[in-house]
Amino acid sequence: MSEADVTPIDGREAQGMRGSAAMSGRSPASRSRRDLVVRILLGIAAASAIVAMLAIFVFLLRESIPSIRYNGASFLTGLTWHMGNLYANSYTVRHGIRAPIGATYGIWPFIFGTLASTLIAILIAIPVSIGSAMLITEYLPPRATLPISFLIELLAGVPSVVFGLWALVVLVPWVTTAIGPFIGHILGFIPFFRATTAGQGLLTAGIVLGIMIIPIITATTRDVMSQAPPDVKAGAHALGATKWETIRLVSLPWARTGITGAIVLGIGRALGETMAVLMIAGNAVGTLPKNLMSPISTMAAVIVAQLDAALQDPTGLAVSALAEIALVLFLITVAVAIPGRLLIARQARTRGGAA
Amino acid sequence: MNLRARRHLTDHVMRVLAYLMAALAVFPLLDILWQVFSKAVPGIGLYLFTQSVQGNGGGLLNAIEGTLVIVVLATLISAPLGIFGGLYVAEYDRHGRFAHVVRFTTDVLAGVPSIVIGYFGYVALVVGLGWHFSLLAGAMALAVMSLPYILRSTEMAFESLRPDLREASLALGADRVTTIFRVLFPPAVPGILTGLLLAISISLGETAPLIYTAGWSVFPPTLHLTNSPVGYLTYVIWTFINNPLSQAHVLAYAAAFILIVLILALNVIVRRVFGKSNPALGRF
Repeated sequence: MSEADVTPIDGREAQGMRGSAAMSGRSPASRSRRDLVVRILLGIAAASAIVAMLAIFVFLLRESIPSIRYNGASFLTGLTWHMGNLYANSYTVRHGIRAPIGATYGIWPFIFGTLASTLIAILIAIPVSIGSAMLITEYLPPRATLPISFLIELLAGVPSVVFGLWALVVLVPWVTTAIGPFIGHILGFIPFFRATTAGQGLLTAGIVLGIMIIPIITATTRDVMSQAPPDVKAGAHALGATKWETIRLVSLPWARTGITGAIVLGIGRALGETMAVLMIAGNAVGTLPKNLMSPISTMAAVIVAQLDAALQDPTGLAVSALAEIALVLFLITVAVAIPGRLLIARQARTRGGAA
Repeated sequence: MNLRARRHLTDHVMRVLAYLMAALAVFPLLDILWQVFSKAVPGIGLYLFTQSVQGNGGGLLNAIEGTLVIVVLATLISAPLGIFGGLYVAEYDRHGRFAHVVRFTTDVLAGVPSIVIGYFGYVALVVGLGWHFSLLAGAMALAVMSLPYILRSTEMAFESLRPDLREASLALGADRVTTIFRVLFPPAVPGILTGLLLAISISLGETAPLIYTAGWSVFPPTLHLTNSPVGYLTYVIWTFINNPLSQAHVLAYAAAFILIVLILALNVIVRRVFGKSNPALGRF
């Protein structure tokens, strides 16, 4: 029965006609009004995600303005991060902004630390993730895939701070005594790989980040690879291709777009990861890493590490500078997430399936 | 070596490598579980649940209660927004431009680092609205963080329903509101709960969004929404593992143990009861 059929009938009769079905019993007019009200309420709920996104951007930008005016472009390129004398009785003024005497806000070492640790993470995570996804989709019998998948997904559920705890008590000693010296042994002819310092630093941060993004890349890779057309795979097999040749020539090319998207999403996650890095990266302020194991800090970690001190700044400029770091990090991660999502959406659109 | 032998050797090497890579992926999880469980067990006792943190020792009462209260409030905020928003995207505007924008923004929001959301909470709520370190500020930060997971899994729950259910209801004369809430909602509940439970399990383990919104307190939460800081378990892990005293380490491991058990339980429930995998992995 369409809407038009019930229009001439009043509400009670219409309900009678519809028998015992769980109907509203309202007149068509009130029904369409109710539909409109529900539609608007649900639409407002749907808009909340957009509102949250805009609010994050607007509030961080507004808070950053003093720092942006004080620092200009040297904020991104400067090597020195120093909040100045927070307890002096006087302050300096530049571009109309009051600042503690000696305050210099340059975040290039934090940007570099973020990028370098993410690079190490991705170098570790790509082979491990694709290998794991291959094992799950191609090699294991269906019975065994679920437990392995589940374990890898559980890894995604481990809180960041617990990764930090584990890294502090397990990984840092390993890096100090085994992994760092091993890399130094092999690549020590390049000064950057000659390990000199203890385990809290760039390499450990990169390894932890790599472990943390493995589940993200593995899950998406597994999903897109499992969508590879079975008849083409069977065809390759029938032509005499080995298992690996089938994977290399059929499954991986099929999944390429989705895997690329997954890697980009993993990069985004590594760029913004905070607690684990904060606990084991060494929290270097204002120095670029001299070698693979030098202490570093990342944009995300430095916000947590410095806010307590920044709150002591009577001019409030240090808090504003941290807001600008958050803003830069926000813009970078959004700029990374957008292509990642688009790639995965394209894989789903053109190849079907689960992204 | 002839071509045939080389191809088969490559095949074997790749098979071994695949197993090796999966072992590398699974090993950290197992070692994390082992480290936390073995080091927490000696410290497990009733005192954890009856005493609050005192100095470098005490129990975890304040942190356990704080974590639960923050997560419950965060879920009360994010669940209606996420569920209704997901419903709108799935049932009212599935192919529309607005729904497309919502979907995409939600996915991007899921990728915003939690510390950025935390600092936004500090700037906008703690300072901007004058809430100070408080329950509501922490809960809002977590709500923003978990909104994408709830919204997208609700949407998926509705979109994966059989279309004839919708058509049959409309054909019987039910209007759209009745169709959605009386006919489609009940079978979508498992999917919605999946997203909700996983959002809760992520919220339980978060630290960065809370440090500068909820603050920290050694007293059990007061239920004042604003102006009163709240303690939580992840803060204990972060600060006490860097404390030189072994009694502080015991508390850090105990806090990690409690969190991991809760998170494992939620993940197993989702798997066993709802048969779904984790949408928190960005593939929704």
